[in-house]
Order: sequence, then C-alpha cells, then structure tokens
Amino acid sequence: MSAHLLEVRDLSVEFHTVHGQVKAVQSVSFHLDPGETLVILGESGSGKSVSASAVMNLIDMPPGEITSGEVLYRGKSLLDMTGEERRAINGAKIAMIFQDPLAHLNPVYSVGWQIIEMMTTHGMPSDQAKQRAIELLLRVGIPDPESRMRAYPHQFSGGQRQRLMIAMALALKPDILIADEPTTALDVTVQAQILALLKELQAETGMGLLLITHDLGVVAEVADNVVVMNAGEIVESGPAGEVYANPQHPYTKRLIASAPGRGEMAEPVKAPGEPLLRLEGLSKSFGKFEALKDASLTVMPGEIVAIVGESGSGKSTLAKTLLRLEEPTSGEAFYKGRDLFKMSQKELFGMRRDIQMVFQDPTQSLNPRMSVYDLISEAWVIHPEILPKPKWRERVAELLGLVGLSPDHARRYPHQFSGGQRQRIAIARVLALEPKLVVCDEAVSALDVSIQAQVIDLLDGLRRDFGLSYIFIAHDLPVVRDFADRVVVMQGGRIVEEGTVRQIFEAPRNDYTRALLAASLDPDPEVQAKRRAARLELEVLRP
Amino acid sequence: MRHFIGKRAFASALSLIGLIVLVFFLSRLTGDPTALFLPLDASLESRERFRELHGLNDPIIVQFGHYVWDVLNLDFGDSIRKARPALEVVLSAFQWTLILALTTVFLVTVAAIIIGSLAAFYAGGVFDRIATFLSLIGASAPDFWIAIVAIVLFSVNLGWLPTSGTGTIWHWVMPIAVLFIRPFGLALQVVRGSMITALSSAYVKTARAKGVKASPIIFVHALRNALLPVITVIGDLAAGMLNGAVVVETIFGFPGVGKLMIDSILQRDFTVVLAAIMVSAMAIFLMNLLIDIAYSVLDPRIRY
Amino acid sequence: MTDTDQIPDKALEKEPNAFAQMMRMLWHDKVALVAVIFLIIVAFCAIFGPWLLDAAATKQNLRGRNSPPFDMAKGWLFVLGGDALGRPLFARIIVAASNTIMVATGAVLCSMVIGSTLGLIAGYTKTRASQIILRLADVIMSFPSLLLAVIVLYMLSPSVTNIIIVLAITRIPIYLRTTRAEVLEIRERMFVQAARVMGASDMRIIFRHILPVVFPTLLTIATLDFAFVMLAESALSFLGIGIQPPEITWGLMVSQGRPYLTNAWWLSFWPGLAIILTTLSLNLVSNWMRIALDPVQRWRLEIKGKKQ
Repeated sequence: MSAHLLEVRDLSVEFHTVHGQVKAVQSVSFHLDPGETLVILGESGSGKSVSASAVMNLIDMPPGEITSGEVLYRGKSLLDMTGEERRAINGAKIAMIFQDPLAHLNPVYSVGWQIIEMMTTHGMPSDQAKQRAIELLLRVGIPDPESRMRAYPHQFSGGQRQRLMIAMALALKPDILIADEPTTALDVTVQAQILALLKELQAETGMGLLLITHDLGVVAEVADNVVVMNAGEIVESGPAGEVYANPQHPYTKRLIASAPGRGEMAEPVKAPGEPLLRLEGLSKSFGKFEALKDASLTVMPGEIVAIVGESGSGKSTLAKTLLRLEEPTSGEAFYKGRDLFKMSQKELFGMRRDIQMVFQDPTQSLNPRMSVYDLISEAWVIHPEILPKPKWRERVAELLGLVGLSPDHARRYPHQFSGGQRQRIAIARVLALEPKLVVCDEAVSALDVSIQAQVIDLLDGLRRDFGLSYIFIAHDLPVVRDFADRVVVMQGGRIVEEGTVRQIFEAPRNDYTRALLAASLDPDPEVQAKRRAARLELEVLRP
Repeated sequence: MRHFIGKRAFASALSLIGLIVLVFFLSRLTGDPTALFLPLDASLESRERFRELHGLNDPIIVQFGHYVWDVLNLDFGDSIRKARPALEVVLSAFQWTLILALTTVFLVTVAAIIIGSLAAFYAGGVFDRIATFLSLIGASAPDFWIAIVAIVLFSVNLGWLPTSGTGTIWHWVMPIAVLFIRPFGLALQVVRGSMITALSSAYVKTARAKGVKASPIIFVHALRNALLPVITVIGDLAAGMLNGAVVVETIFGFPGVGKLMIDSILQRDFTVVLAAIMVSAMAIFLMNLLIDIAYSVLDPRIRY
Repeated sequence: MTDTDQIPDKALEKEPNAFAQMMRMLWHDKVALVAVIFLIIVAFCAIFGPWLLDAAATKQNLRGRNSPPFDMAKGWLFVLGGDALGRPLFARIIVAASNTIMVATGAVLCSMVIGSTLGLIAGYTKTRASQIILRLADVIMSFPSLLLAVIVLYMLSPSVTNIIIVLAITRIPIYLRTTRAEVLEIRERMFVQAARVMGASDMRIIFRHILPVVFPTLLTIATLDFAFVMLAESALSFLGIGIQPPEITWGLMVSQGRPYLTNAWWLSFWPGLAIILTTLSLNLVSNWMRIALDPVQRWRLEIKGKKQ
C-alpha cells in the first residue's frame, strides 16, 4: 500500500499548565489523501486543533510536548526532520489558514507584501511572485487586485480577509491545506461563500483539505470523511454521511442529537391583553452612522421574540438601547405602558429589576475577582428591598440549584467553571432580581452545541415556571427555530421581516430572509447535498 | 498630517505657556527675586539698583507683561556671570549636549533592539537570563555612582582615560558609556517584553506556517509591531538626555546644558537657567513630533 | 473554538487561597525571594535604624577617620570602614536608609493615590474635567522629572516635604495615564455593563468592579517607580540640591565621599552599593509581580516550582 498524503499515527501531546500535565491529545491517528476533505469535529477542549498544530510545527514547546507518535507526509516523518527541512515544507507543501484572519495577518505590512513573501520565502523571484499574487487575489474574488495589493489588513472586511488568507496559503499550490475553524467568526452568508471557494479551489488543484470545526453543518457541507474528537481522543471516524446516519459512539450520538433545528416549531401564542413591551420607531445614530433605523416591535407576557441578523444589522444596538446602555436618538419604548426613555434615573433604577440581560460571553460578563456568592448576591446589595441579608445565603443556594449547579459552588470563582456552567451562573444572577423580561444577547453562541442545548432547555424551563419573556438575539437560525415564538429579521439597522417562527422558516417573504435561510447549514449531509444542488441550479439559471 | 502638526504645536505651546507662568510665579512669589538673580553676598544697594533697573518694584501684573514680552522675543537678558546674552551661552553648550545625547541614544536603540529581540526569542534560555539580569542591574545603577567608580578605576588606578574635558575622542568614552547604562537597561526590558508579546501573536504563527525563517520572523514580522512602545520609551529617555545629562556632565566636567544649568543655579545666574529651560523645551517638542511621525510610518493603522 | 482550547480547562479544581498561592510561587522563585527578603531588611533599617543607631552614626571619632573596611579592631560598626569624620559607615548607611526610604515611599504613595484617582476620573467620565486633567499630565510629562525637580528645588528650600512633593508631582502622569488607559478598556467590558444593567451606581462600579482589576498593574508600576524615585532623590542629593546635611541619605553619602575617592574609595562605594541593591531588588520584585499577577503567564512560575 502506497503512503498516504498525510498520516498521523498514535500522536500524543501534553501541555504543562497550572494544574500540572494535561493530556491535550492522546493516541490520535488519521490520514488524508489527495483530493480528500477530512474534517476533524470536536467541541472546545477536545484537542482538535492540537494535532494540526503538530503537523505545522506550531506547538510551543514548552509548555507543549509531543510524547508519542509520528506525523508522515508522503511517507516521510515530519517530526524527525530538521527545522530547515520542515520550513521548506511549511507553506510550500502544507499550508494553513486560521480562524480570525484579522489577528493572523500582520497588521503593519500590506497584504500584497505578505502574499509575495510566501513565495519569495520558498525561492520564487520577486517579480514573478508579484504577478502570481495579483492572479491569486483575482482568483479568490478580491476586486481591483492591483491597487488592493497595497492595502493593509484592517482595510478589508472579515470575509475578504479570509479570502486573502486563502490566496496566501494557496500561492505555491500546496498538496495539503489545513483550515482551522476558517468560518467560525463569519456571518452565515459569508461562511457559505468561503466554504464554496475552498471546495472550488480543491477541485482545481486536487489538494487534500484538512478542516477543523465544531459545527456539524460545516461537516455536512464539505466533508468526505470525518474524525470525531472528544477530550483529546478520537471517538469515531468514517465517511461523513455514514457517521451522521449511523453514529456508534455515545458521544457522537449525543452531539448529533443536540444539534438544533429539528425540534417542533412553536405555535403562535394566543395573545391576550396588553403587551409587556412595545418599541415605537426606535433609532440610534453614532455620528453619521445610523446603527438602528425606525425599529418597532412588541413583546407579549411569556413570549419569546427572536431577533436575527448578521453582524452590523443593529440587533445588539437595539438591545443596548432598550436597556439604556446607549441613549436612543429617537423613538419610544413602553414597558407596561410607561416610556422607558423618558424615565428619570430614579425611576429607571426601579425598572432595572424588571428588565435584565444575559450576555454572550460569560467569561467576560462575570467579574473574575468576585466569588459566585458575591456575584449573585450583588443583586440584593444594589436592590436591598428584594431580600433581607440573613436570607441571602439560603437563596443563593436555591438559585444555584435552580440553574443546575450545586450550592457549594457559591464559594468558587468564575475561572474554576466551564463555559456552560458560567452561563448558568450568569442566569442565576439575573434570576436573583426576579425580572419579567430577559434580553439574551447571543447568550448561547459562544457555547458548544451540547451545552447550548442544555442552556436553551434551562431558559425554556424558567419561562414555564416564572412566566418570563425573552428577547432572544442570535445569528444562529436553527437555535431560533427551536426556541422562539416569533422572529424579527434585521438587516443594516432595519427590521426587514417579522412573523411567527413557522411563517419565517417555511414561507419567508423577504429576499434577505431567504438568503439567510439558504446559507444556514443543516447537520444532515444528505439535506445539505440537496441544498447544494439546488443552489448550483439557481446559479446556472441566473445568467 | 498638517492638521496634526498644528494640533501638536498648539498643545506644546500650551505646555510652554504653563511652564513660563510657573517659572515666573515661582521666582516672584517665593521670597525676594533679587535673591534669585544676584549673588548671595550682594549688598543692599546693589539689590535696590537691580530692582529699579528690572522694574521689580512695578505691580506684579506689569512685571508679568514685561517678562512674557521678553520671553516671546527670545530675550532672556544677559548672563550675569559671563556677560553675554544668556541664549548664546545656552546654545553653545547645547551643541555639545546634542552630540552626546544623539550618540548615546543611537547606541542604546541599536543595542537594546538587537539584544532585546534575541532575548525575547530565546525567552527563558541562558542568553535571555544573562541579558535580563544585566539589564536589571543597568536599570538599577545610579549613574553618579557608576561615574565615580569608573573614574577611580579607569582614570586614577589604570590611567587609561581622561577624567574630564572634551579634547580627544577618549574624552567621550566614559561620559557616553556611563550615560548609556541606565537607558540601555530600561530600553532592553521594554524591547524584550514587547517582543515576547509580538512573537506569541497570531500573525507570527501565520509566518511560521508559511515557512519563514527565524531571523525574518524576529526582525521583520515581530519587530515592527513591537517597536511602538519601544519608541515611546526611547523618546522619553532621549528627552531626558537632551535636557543635559545633568549628573554625568557635572562629574565629567562636560560643557553641556546640564552642567551649565547646575553651575548657573549654584552661581545664581538665573537668566541662563531660564534660557536653558526654554531651549530644552523646544528641543523636546521637536522630538515628540518626530516620535509621532515615526508612529504613523511604522503602523499604517495610525493616521493623524 | 479559540486558541485556548489547546489546553482543556480543568473546571472545578480545588485551589488554595490567593495569598498562600502567592507565597508558594515566591518560594519557588529564589531570586525574587532573596529580593523580597532584602527589601524587608531595608524597610526594617528604615523604620528602626535611626532609633537604634543614631548616636553611633553621629559620634565623631578622629582616630577612625577614613579607616579602611573589614577591620574589626574598632568594633563591628566599623566593618565597612569609617568616614572623613571617623563616623562608622555601617551605622550611617542604616540610619540614612530612613530618609532615603521615607522620601521614596512618600513620593510613590502620593503620586499613586493622586495619579490613579485622576486617572479614574479621566477614564470613567467624559467631561471637560477629564480633558483638562490629560492636558496637565501632558505638560508635566513634557519635562523630565529631574529637571523639574532641579528648578523647583532651586526656588523652594530643599526640605524633605518639598522633595516628596516635587518628586510626587513629576510621577503623577505615569499612574494617571496607566489608570486611564486601563479604565477606558475595563469600562467597556461586559461585567461592567452587566453591573450597570443591574442598576449599580457609579461608585459601586468604580470601587467594586474597576479598581480591583486595575490594582495589580498599579502595584507593579509602583514597585518599579519606587526604584526610579529613589535614584532621582539620590541624584538630587548628590548634586547638592536635595536633602541638606546634617540629615543624611545614601545619595548625599556618595557625594560626601567624592573628595576622598583616590585614597578612601569605600566612603562612596558602600552607600552606592546600598542604592544599587535596593533598586535591583525592587526591579526584580516588580518583574516577578508582573508574571505572578497575570493569570495567563502564571504557569511559568508554577512549573519552575514543580521541578525543584
């Protein structure tokens, strides 16, 4: 049997940390052949990036250490090579692109310089390299490449930056492209374009693509074969369709089961009486930039209203203005009939109890220097009328129980918890104020899929038990589909469509809503294959 | 860019006005001004004559007007000790300081950047530890102490180098060397810290994935990003030296602005002190402007 | 999903309290440990030195004039030799520690408290006041501290209080700028926004949420600045415009020994060494704190500990 293009055998990597040696990757083996797309799927902490870093010689040692195994490129052992030999392979034979291209492009050099450097480093004369760089920019869809060569990374959009990274990685027609979460920070529509571009380029060059992701939808869209990792070990591998249709390992089963987007859609709430919150013509400008234009919406008691849109759509500005973290330029917001924007500081203080917010990233929304007890009881320090001090300890324990944590967690600090647990603490803090309306700003998007499902369940249970209403801001359509009663779609600061979940997902009227739905990825490879075919057909028909 | 220079000039003008006002009121309101301008043993009559001559008996606001007018015309009066215009005295001393300061700053910058970058690249290794320790000692050393120890060692005991003056190139060795030590120690720390951050950044990871060699990674990819804080610190150090390395110039009898200022203070030659302050302030303003321009050259994200 | 996922987070692991952890890290870093111990000794000398040895340090002894060091015949106080008036150098250095440390402590405390308060105001509010504060800092910053001190001390009398005030003023901008920069960043962090959504007052946000995050940085700077202020004070004393005799500081002692350099080097050498060792220790401790107080870099100290 001839050698694979890339083969990783029995690889183990350890890291020195505050808590001692941590096994990041244990006995991992996989291989990649020309023209194949292999996806490593795993949640945060699964070690999925580490094995790719080992291939590229990017693990910092110390604190990292490769304790066993080998990495073979066309049968030659990479780990036994000298630094010089590995440098000759990096970029020329095996190239890599990353999540967050803004951080991964050097901010002080022009993009043209950086792409040319890839080629001159491996011996191409600079005039030839310049010619090729212009071709590459054109190929990845950067308009006006000759003048854009001289621009700097901060002068491009997020999607364009990833295209630049791809142009740079493919400059020398490498045999292997490693893509580490290449579309994670991007909007869904841009994500679809980038994935399509990668597949096109792969078809042109016949390279092997090793893609690392946490997203089942990305697997369904691009993967030939998939490797599922959990806690540093490979739990399952095989052809993508087969693994999805017939998962063997309990972890894979759980992962697939918790993928959102296939639950029952909520039936419209029969709205009795007064709305809890009514926004009228809300606008917010930052200087000349209009972030929010004439937005109106209502929330009924006990209702979940989702606001979906891509970055820059104004959905977060809406939330911040509603909570008076930003002052509106114009508009009204009636909460139980009283205008929030006309309230004095004192009235507003009383209102703070009723409307609360759960933030996107619990690592940042919890003060790292406060214990869980301090974090939750701060609500009562600020609003002492809620609960007399002697009862605080008991109530903190009760709230922790309510969100699925144990009462003796109260003494610990946020960094001692996992991401999902931290978001539970943030929710307990919100509940301490006994609010009526909770604004969730991308509250589950930073969490792993399996954790996401648990937190959504928790929020849903709290609605049933306490009659809470939610404004649920998200960019992830499948989550919204399962959770919301009504959906508001925003684009460029405006509300472009509004309706019940069923209306939006089954009969969207607005073009943008349709584009969003078409770009969102389904975890089922078969469904995704059909959508891809449909998309191609559209493209063929279009001209 | 022109708008920016204008803004900076305005800010510096404000600073200068603040300084002018401060010096005036400190000199007039903290006791007898003649005590500042005249020798300590001046007779009562000569003090009175001085008052008459310089209008010190006028109302304070009139005096302030005269003072500001003179300063704006760069007329600081004559040096009492040297019987020459104070500005002339200061400018002739300033050229010596300029040469001394620029040479030292240049050496500090080059040495700190090369050694600091390598220390950051080999962070935790032997080279890094030696460099860090030496730079810490350098940053901790009182320059006056180093200077006199150096004189005892190289001039008195070994007789290799002259103790003071500016005659030959050998006269420059000790002042520059002593002046070099502390700024070098401080700058090296900043270069190292800044380079460690730059070397652990995502774009360096990209460069490694591209197969770029170690030396371009250090000196091309990381260094340019790491230079901004370094330039700030070197600017501060250079400003300190432009003002005359008071201590070093005094000890080595070097005829620069620092020594001139201390001598003038001890000899109660206030006009010279004032002129020296203004000249230094102007020099520092120009240098700060150069630093701001260097920022925007190094980092395309900074546009004024 | 991010780079940190290379290291799986071990949630819910037991951790000892912060102080014990700091002590353990200090114990493992022997260089920093020695520096801390040396600083404790210096502090002890500064507090109790004048009280214990003042008489011995001022008593003139003509037979001990410029007596060389390491000669135990005249008693242990003369272990570092005697000065031009036959006073024991060892005792004088210990007594001089008091003034040296007092000036530095006073100046650092004043500049830190005033500077960080102004920095909090300038960073937290967007009023005209914050603009004026920044302008003032620029004015002070544009003149090197030593020069400003020279001018002011020329016109005012060089008493301990005046020196503290002058040095404090020149160092205020450092704290002001650092605090402001950090506050500008922290006030946009989500936990501050979360507190605002809960209805927390500005005072509560500043003292409960912002200050505790800024404080470690301030402490690190203050340690480094202590060394800087000490050197500045010594230089002023050396130039003769700092603290005046019969008070003594280390810088003044170096200056007083200068005329005897050729035949009695120890007069200037020992006090200079005291300055160097103290500032070096402060620099070492500051470096160590920068790592120990930074959760991202802390592992470096922890690992070193495990190997030993």
